[in-house]
Amino acid sequence: MSIDMSQFHQVFFEECFEGLEAMESGLLTLDMGAIDSEIINTIFRGAHSIKGGSGTFGFTVVADYTHIMETLLDEMRDGRRQVTQPAVDVLLGSVDCLREMLTAIQNEQIVNDVSVATHKTALEIVLNGGSIAEEPASPVEQELANVAAVVHIAPDIIEEKSVELAGQGWKIAFCPYLDLLKTGNDPVRLFRELNELGELTTLANIQDVPDFYELDPEECNISWDLNVAGDIPEDDIREIFNWVEGDCEIEIQPFAKAVKPLLPAVKKADPEPTPVIISNNPDPKPVEVKPKGVEETKKSDAQDADNEAAKTTVKASSIRVDTDKIDTLINMVGEVVITQSMLGLVGENFTMDKVGQLKRGLAQLERHTRDLQQSVMNIRMLPISFVFSRFPRLVHDISGKLDKKIVLKLVGENTEVDKAVVELINDPLVHLIRNSLDHGIEMPADRVAAGKPETGTIELKAYHRGGHIVIEIIDDGRGLDKDKLLAKAIEKGLVEENNLLTEKQIFELIFMPGFSTAEQLTDISGRGVGMDVVRRNIQSLGGNIEIISELGKGTTIAIHLPLTLAILDGQSVAVGDETYIVPLVSIIESINITEKMLNKVAGKGETFRLRNEYLPVIRMRGIFNVHSGNLTKSKEGVLVVVEGQGELCCLLVDELLGQQQVVIKSLEANYRRVEGVSGATILGDGSVALILDVPGLVRFSIR
Amino acid sequence: MTTDEQSNNSRVEQFLTFQLADEAYGVEILKVQEIRGWEAVRVIPNTPAFVKGVLNLRGSVVPIIDLRERFSLEHCEYSAKTVVIVLCVENGPNQFVMGIVADAVSDVLDINLEDVKKAPNFGSKIDTRYMRGMYVYKKKMIMLLDVDKLLNPDEVEGIESLV
Repeated sequence: MSIDMSQFHQVFFEECFEGLEAMESGLLTLDMGAIDSEIINTIFRGAHSIKGGSGTFGFTVVADYTHIMETLLDEMRDGRRQVTQPAVDVLLGSVDCLREMLTAIQNEQIVNDVSVATHKTALEIVLNGGSIAEEPASPVEQELANVAAVVHIAPDIIEEKSVELAGQGWKIAFCPYLDLLKTGNDPVRLFRELNELGELTTLANIQDVPDFYELDPEECNISWDLNVAGDIPEDDIREIFNWVEGDCEIEIQPFAKAVKPLLPAVKKADPEPTPVIISNNPDPKPVEVKPKGVEETKKSDAQDADNEAAKTTVKASSIRVDTDKIDTLINMVGEVVITQSMLGLVGENFTMDKVGQLKRGLAQLERHTRDLQQSVMNIRMLPISFVFSRFPRLVHDISGKLDKKIVLKLVGENTEVDKAVVELINDPLVHLIRNSLDHGIEMPADRVAAGKPETGTIELKAYHRGGHIVIEIIDDGRGLDKDKLLAKAIEKGLVEENNLLTEKQIFELIFMPGFSTAEQLTDISGRGVGMDVVRRNIQSLGGNIEIISELGKGTTIAIHLPLTLAILDGQSVAVGDETYIVPLVSIIESINITEKMLNKVAGKGETFRLRNEYLPVIRMRGIFNVHSGNLTKSKEGVLVVVEGQGELCCLLVDELLGQQQVVIKSLEANYRRVEGVSGATILGDGSVALILDVPGLVRFSIR
Repeated sequence: MTTDEQSNNSRVEQFLTFQLADEAYGVEILKVQEIRGWEAVRVIPNTPAFVKGVLNLRGSVVPIIDLRERFSLEHCEYSAKTVVIVLCVENGPNQFVMGIVADAVSDVLDINLEDVKKAPNFGSKIDTRYMRGMYVYKKKMIMLLDVDKLLNPDEVEGIESLV
């Protein structure tokens, strides 16, 4: 019986990434010294389920790796090990490494062995040394080729690993606990049984046998490396060790695979931890291992953003929905069905005296439909914490790199927003936060000199206002320097020297392509690309971004976004017999005009003078080839002043019809993209209306 | 004998035939999603003339193509008898729903593919790329269309540039 496991892979990966996120946020909230066992438990659970899952699916690389993390976490959980910053850093690095591994496996790429090995080594050193925090000067490098390296940390449960049947034999690392003999087990008997299966060679590690005078004959101080040759099923070997399970740690691997270091699993506390390293290579080389791990963490950071971006675009396929939301939906559908059958009954033998009943029924139907729509939209809503939860890590890593002290405060993480918005807002936010970290918050010394607390604060805040969600990034850093910005803009020729700009306009300058005031380029920010991309991304989501800043006090960047991308507020306009929808957000104002009020430029283009500004006019009839309707109407009409990509222009339409919320339907789903049109919607009478793409129209009209 | 019959059966496909300016055309019935009466559509600006517009089909926006104009047949006013055949078009991994306007739907025929003749080469004047072949039924010729090729959105685009 073989089940196609690959059908579960998607779910597995999703769970893993969720688990990793939980681990990451857990690690970041860990308070040094004061260990909150609940947090460690959460992290441990994350690691454990990844290990379990990857074992099941045969991703042994991941399982092996997680196993080591688990060992370390277990000791922390039991209080046998101090939670130290270096250890946490290494664990964070491991989370990154795991994420890389899983992404690679998911994309069916080859796992980067080198990076995995580095992280593994770092982990092992923390695990073995245990003292890395206390004596960071003498960590021990353990070479991967150290086959016989057996780490003994006195656990009491065997973690089994799935290992395929070996062709030639098995390599068994057998580390009994001190009290193995007291439980009545005799290793010699086990060995005899093994020898019956195949030719057995034993190698006893007696390094940790104490002096003769201190020797307790009832304690088992020896561990063994056993090699059983022959074609033996793994289960047979496991059977032999069944009796000592729980009294030893054991690692069974086929010969071919035994090149990797064998590492035991740990499950429970042992009152007397006895870390021992038995190695073929007994002289430990002092090596800087901690920085290696940290460096790795940061290196992957820059790529992280790119990877993440790619990832989110690739896997935008499934969504996890709260069961409550589905239950509400089902209830609602039930109500609709009931109302429908009630109406059916009324309609069956309709007489005029049933009009009241009919009206009531229709009113009920209307209410239910509205509720239904609302709850369906609700399903697409996710808390913004999906995005926010990644930032503590970002801040932690970057502030460490910049030697700044920064705390990140998250407010309103449970604010719900459409899934599509959640996915697309991530990259702009990463960019803005990096900016705040790099340019906003000053170095601790500068802060103290400026009379501010040494530790800078970045607040990430989300809340609902009207039909929008507002995301604010507030820092208490140095703020934007208006004069400097203006000088830079003039120097770069982006602004005329004598132009008077308002404060707001000056701040807007940072959104110009190629504008950067950073004196020094860093890999975090300062290349002058980015802010314009940020603004473009946010505008493409139908939102806008504004900056409030006070020199020396800090900067607030506020992003306003529509709650959902599936519905928009639109103004319907008539052009001939056609109805178009103009997104309300892009409309500045509408003016009734007659043709005489337009000015021709060079006999072709038309402009309209609006308060001393000449705006280009786009005739909708012309650009969309509409010939229907009353042509005399075109003598007078309505100018809709719209803003598209920062440019104002006027759309000449016949008349304004009304404002309404419209559900956006894609034209591309069944046809293709049409220039000047961003989508379609269905009007109350069931007909289709096209939604205008204002920036696209502007571009189209220029050609 | 039985195996022979079966293999024959497997080569029989059902086709929906329809009238277009006194000519008979056929499409695979498995591609047909539904048949509906003509109703007004919303014009899409700046598209080829044979793309009549889009229609609201239970919430999805479906483009409607006039085959008369597509095949450069004489134009005729839409009447109460004019029908729209809604088809499911496959283009690689993607599926599109599109409608075609026909004068009238005639019949559903079981056609043995062995009886389908290859469309003759008309030279460069007539494009036979969209034809699966020809079939003679009651002494009348029926053109069997390859829906996937005919209504492929890229093709629609391509035609526009050719015109």
